[in-house]
Amino acid sequence: MKLELHRLKVNSLKFGEKTGFADGVLTVNKAEILALISEDPLLGKNLDVDIAMPGESVRVMPVKDVIEPRWKLSGKGQVFPGMISDVETVGEGQTLVLSGCAVLTAGKLVRFQEGIIDMSGPGADYTPYSKTCNVVLVLEPSDPNMDKHDYEKACRIAGLKTAAYLAKSCADVKADTVETFELPTMREAMTQFPELPKVGYIYMLQTQGLLHDTYLYGVDVKKILPTIISPLEVMDGAIVSGNCVSACDKNSTYSHLNNPVIADMLKRHGKDFNFVATIVTNENVTLADKKRSSSYAAKLAGMLGLDGVVITEEGFGNPDADLIMNCRKCEQLGIKTALLTDEYAGQDGASQSLADSCPEGTACVTAGNANEVITLPPMSKVIGYPEEANVIAGGWQGSLADDGSITVELQAITGATSELGYTKLGAYTL
Amino acid sequence: MAFRIVHYINQFYAGIGGEEKADYEPEIREAVVGPGMALKAAFKGEAEIVATVICGDSHFASNMDDDTAKILGMIREYKPDAFIAGPAFNAGRYGTACGAMCAAVAKEFGIPVISGMYPENPGVEMFRKYAWIIETPDSAAGMRKAVPAMAKLALKLLKGETLGKPSEEGYIERGIRKNMFYGKLAAQRCVDMFVSKLKGETFETEYPMPVFDRVDPQPAVKDMKHAVIALVTSGGICPKGNPDHIEASSASKFGEYDITGVNDLTSETHCTAHGGYDATYADQDADRVLPVDVLRDLEREGVIGKLHNKFYTTVGNGTSVANAKRFGAEIVNRLVNDGVTAVILTST
Amino acid sequence: MVKEIERKLPVVHMCTIVPISQTVGANRIVPTIAIPHPFGDPSKTPEEEKALRRSLVERGLKALQTEITEQTVFTE
Repeated sequence: MKLELHRLKVNSLKFGEKTGFADGVLTVNKAEILALISEDPLLGKNLDVDIAMPGESVRVMPVKDVIEPRWKLSGKGQVFPGMISDVETVGEGQTLVLSGCAVLTAGKLVRFQEGIIDMSGPGADYTPYSKTCNVVLVLEPSDPNMDKHDYEKACRIAGLKTAAYLAKSCADVKADTVETFELPTMREAMTQFPELPKVGYIYMLQTQGLLHDTYLYGVDVKKILPTIISPLEVMDGAIVSGNCVSACDKNSTYSHLNNPVIADMLKRHGKDFNFVATIVTNENVTLADKKRSSSYAAKLAGMLGLDGVVITEEGFGNPDADLIMNCRKCEQLGIKTALLTDEYAGQDGASQSLADSCPEGTACVTAGNANEVITLPPMSKVIGYPEEANVIAGGWQGSLADDGSITVELQAITGATSELGYTKLGAYTL
Repeated sequence: MAFRIVHYINQFYAGIGGEEKADYEPEIREAVVGPGMALKAAFKGEAEIVATVICGDSHFASNMDDDTAKILGMIREYKPDAFIAGPAFNAGRYGTACGAMCAAVAKEFGIPVISGMYPENPGVEMFRKYAWIIETPDSAAGMRKAVPAMAKLALKLLKGETLGKPSEEGYIERGIRKNMFYGKLAAQRCVDMFVSKLKGETFETEYPMPVFDRVDPQPAVKDMKHAVIALVTSGGICPKGNPDHIEASSASKFGEYDITGVNDLTSETHCTAHGGYDATYADQDADRVLPVDVLRDLEREGVIGKLHNKFYTTVGNGTSVANAKRFGAEIVNRLVNDGVTAVILTST
Repeated sequence: MVKEIERKLPVVHMCTIVPISQTVGANRIVPTIAIPHPFGDPSKTPEEEKALRRSLVERGLKALQTEITEQTVFTE
């Protein structure tokens, strides 16, 4: 399987007549995007498209998802299969990437689990999406009493459509850089690098219902048994976020496309280990599901004869139980584990960080304490609805002050404690 | 201008006497006394000891609350920038007094508090969460090592410099998680650690797995027909509109709601404030999280004596263990006062 | 929270994710149906759902009336 990522580096955004790319500038035809997203009868009349650039005194909130614009130039299928394109498998051929650019879905709150992105100031240090040139969709439902599941879906599809549209509109431009990934068949992979340990990646996806769902080729992941996927499929958008858990540790679609654990494991493949398999699994709401999925994921790792797995969690609280089950069941099969999670240690950092634990979890990296409090100074411009700071997860009644500053836990900042490890934040014990 | 320090020592280090003087009453002197001399030298003029509190170890141990209040009053007028106690080495009562005063001063004045103790001093276990305690040898022979380390840590805190890990700075781990930006992405750190574990090399986990404590079970309910049963939930069920603004995540409070005469929770009357699960089902029918309807039936049928007329609710989502503990303790006190027999706690 | 209650009153923890309850240290545990609806099942009729809820609550009452010396999960 071979995939080429053709990257155009976006350094700037502007609105203009024709959507396209030249000399590092992505020009965006606002009317075309508005026409594209207003096709959906579930979205209201008051839609807007805005721009948020790194370093600007701009705050975007509440943010639902972040998506990197991609479009397949060749090869089977199209990006975000099963969501906005056919369910053909992806991961081969050539895919255009607008690097340094992102689509943010923002606007009227679906439910509490949405976040804040500051493009400058102290909050900007905590979110990876203050460094991207952002096309912001400001959305609202056509009916204020609309079923929340419907509105969530409408927001999700609007974001994916816009991301695909932007990249598609630049398909005529020759890429600045081309990155090539070539992965062997399982048969070849098993005999490669016989001197190195065979390893895998257990990729946990949040699947607990409204705003906690993830999709694989359009399938609601809560309905799958753990399965094997190629990292190249992930790069083409086979995994799409349905906006999950708190903003800080929801794995955005952007972070799936650019999964840094996969990136690092591919980099070290053939040197430190033989990276043979990625196993996707879910985090469901019943104990039977949790037991079944963790047993099945560990079983797959065992069947493949893996010596070790990296396990990443999504979310916190009861998914800690899934993480611990995955860890314990793998270790019991003699498969060494390293865990990537985040912490809820209280605002003072003095409480236990995880809801569950096991002695086998000897190697654990965390993306920081999501309860730590931060004050975000006022910004000159807010895209969206600042008053939602008082109700989103990580905020409280009074989070938004009269001067426009916002005091919240890091929980409320999109991607701040990414459990795919997409930030440099961590914690240590004082 | 030099930072202002108030120093706390016991009667022994003040040169007043040993065990026979251990009931010496607290006093404050505008002077540098005993180990304060070495501290002063270690500060090299960057900080000065503006006053020294002296208190007998037994006196403090037998009058902890009164002495604490008295000493806080003495300290106040000296407007200290930091408070240093000891070092106490392995002296148990002295260590406890140092720790207690550090905790009280930190709470009252919000200034850095520093002590020095041998790791097995009981004051360490009791107060390490509240104070910076430099690890010292077990006797005063370690004074020359302990004092410069305490002074150095105090100056760092006073200047607002970022503290390193306990092993780097020489203090005893406080058990408090603090965020920092590392040089690498968390993903890369995780793969690094993974490779070390695979190779059998030594590595340091970023988060040692917690061990939870236990409580003995209460005896069973003997007479259910006359028992008063209370409902408590971490599932966020509250009257519609969430009148107390209980947070969707990281709850800072719990709610107490009257259900006198309520036989059934409906979408008209109740909803959930919880932000951690799909709330659709609880909003449609809150009995799915807090089974009031069934308990009313059981009450009417005489299976239970009574359903308590108040229920308690909070949001478990991302709420710290410390807050959850506080809610639990407050709720159970109210339930005991109201004559409740037993509790059904529901979680989502 | 459950442990603080247990210091003074008998308590049954009725929850879906039993392993967390076990790790945290609840003593009397009754497993429930699913996180978003521990005492319900939206796929059933309201009458069936209430019967299901009643059987769970009765199990909880039974747990409260059972002497235990160590952590116990009541599955029937």
